[in-house]
Amino acid sequence: MAELEIKRTAKLFIGGAFPRSESGRTYEVFDKNKQFLANVTLGSKKDARDAVTAARSSFSKWSQATAYNRGQVLYRVAEIMQGRREQFVTEVNTWSKTKKQAEIEVDKAIDLLVWFAGWTDKLSMTTGSNNPVAGPFFNFSIPEPTGVVAAIAPSQNPLLSLVEIIGSIVLSGNAVIVIPSEKQPLTAVSLAEVFATSDVPGGVINILTGSYKEIAPWLASHEDVNALDLSGVSDKAVALDLEKSGAQTLKRVLRPNANLPGLERIKFFLETKTVWHPRGL
Amino acid sequence: MLQNDPLVLPPLLSDVTSSESALRSFLFGLSGVDKVGVEQRVAELSTRSIKTTAKAEGIDLAIKMIDLTTLEGMDTKGKIKTLCAKARRPDPLDSSVPSVAAVCVYNDLVAEAKSNLVGTNIKVAAVATAFPSGRATLATKIQDTSDAVAQGADEIDMVIDRGAFHEGRFLDIYDQIQSIKQVCKSAHLKVILETGELKTYDNVKRASWIAMLAGADFIKTSTGKIQPAATLPVTLVMLQAIRDFHIQTRRMIGMKPAGGIKTTKDAFKNLVLVKETLGDNWLNPDMFRIGASSLLNDLLMQRKKLTTGAYSGPDYVTVD
Repeated sequence: MAELEIKRTAKLFIGGAFPRSESGRTYEVFDKNKQFLANVTLGSKKDARDAVTAARSSFSKWSQATAYNRGQVLYRVAEIMQGRREQFVTEVNTWSKTKKQAEIEVDKAIDLLVWFAGWTDKLSMTTGSNNPVAGPFFNFSIPEPTGVVAAIAPSQNPLLSLVEIIGSIVLSGNAVIVIPSEKQPLTAVSLAEVFATSDVPGGVINILTGSYKEIAPWLASHEDVNALDLSGVSDKAVALDLEKSGAQTLKRVLRPNANLPGLERIKFFLETKTVWHPRGL
Repeated sequence: MLQNDPLVLPPLLSDVTSSESALRSFLFGLSGVDKVGVEQRVAELSTRSIKTTAKAEGIDLAIKMIDLTTLEGMDTKGKIKTLCAKARRPDPLDSSVPSVAAVCVYNDLVAEAKSNLVGTNIKVAAVATAFPSGRATLATKIQDTSDAVAQGADEIDMVIDRGAFHEGRFLDIYDQIQSIKQVCKSAHLKVILETGELKTYDNVKRASWIAMLAGADFIKTSTGKIQPAATLPVTLVMLQAIRDFHIQTRRMIGMKPAGGIKTTKDAFKNLVLVKETLGDNWLNPDMFRIGASSLLNDLLMQRKKLTTGAYSGPDYVTVD
């Protein structure tokens, strides 16, 4: 035991760094018994703007990395989560009913990451195609990442849902800005520490703790964001506003309660590029 | 407009350029630059927050001050054409955005730029005197300059001979600038000091004085080809030299930082330095220019944010 207990400062995760909010604000986070847990950074619209800039600048490198490489990186994330399993269990348990439930959630999250890691190099053959055309051409349809995705994670199963959102978006080469559950952000902060130490290039995953009602409208209207994942938006009026705002710049919008199963969720953040290539030369 | 009348130096300065030794003792007699003081002053002024209506005005002012620049070996006539179109109307969808001050090109492309800017007030600036190195004979430099002037360049951006500066041949630099100034005729002369190669703030101050004594209309930090380019402390040292020169001669010299100014924030920091060092008389495109290319897109995105309320992105401005 150290002579002085060192308390962690829960900060944002932007561009691979852990900055405090530009606004300097924090808010208090409590557990299920209303016991104080931590002061957590309250992100602002300017943090969101910085996160978009970071995500955009990382996108070209991440999306052009080989699928094999992206798979290795995601597997590495799972490895490091496994090493910090106890910490995650303790944190999830601050809200879960029993410790057993917390353990199940953490293990599921790790398994899910490994599953995502396996998908990176299988996407193009399962979602792409070689199309028959009338003419001397090869015609391919190839899945490509859509770009920068802004996501709002739900409060239920905060760790598992966060891993599902982040993994399904980034495995195909997208960059993500995610707003975790406002009430239960601590697992997201720990997850950020895992990403920072597992070869995920800075900016590919950005985590903004705080209120989605405050931050999300800026991301929805941002012209440099290509898609929205509204999984965690519980307020219907807010969801509608975000969707309308996103429509101004033709964003892909995953609606709340979409509950897309497995591969469908991954496919939602893909675009299809079709290439014609002369044949028989 | 800039004054262009012949430079008449007051008695105190009139014979400092009479000989190498006189110029040397004048330059080394200038008070030394307080490095820590300059950097602290810059750090302090850089924290100033400019918001809402002041920001809107600042953005438009910065756009009007831009010398939109392309100085690449691969520049084509087509590139100049698109650059001029952007200079005339930076945002195709918004006619309220002002035009930039000038386009800055290599001297063989001056005629092309001129023909694309007919009927506008946008100036054409040409880099000359063996830009960017300045390593050529005086005859070549003069030819280079007169070519640009003959094609109709309104402004000449010349580089000084940094080799001569480090050898201590200050009078040679002075003479060269004067020779080029004569060839410029009515074109304005901007003298590039290439501060990244001058190494110290004292050297920057001395080079600024040589250029101003020799009749420069503007002094400019850098070519943009050398790092570091226009850093804020260097800009402040040059602005202070301009202020001192103005106090002694009543002559207003313009300033142009160039290279490395990429964001609206960078541009605003420069504007604050000008305002606080030289005052409002210099806060216009006749006395202050910013040499840049990518800065314009950032200014446009910030401008759009102010008018629409939503953050803009690089997909919504033209690609240079």
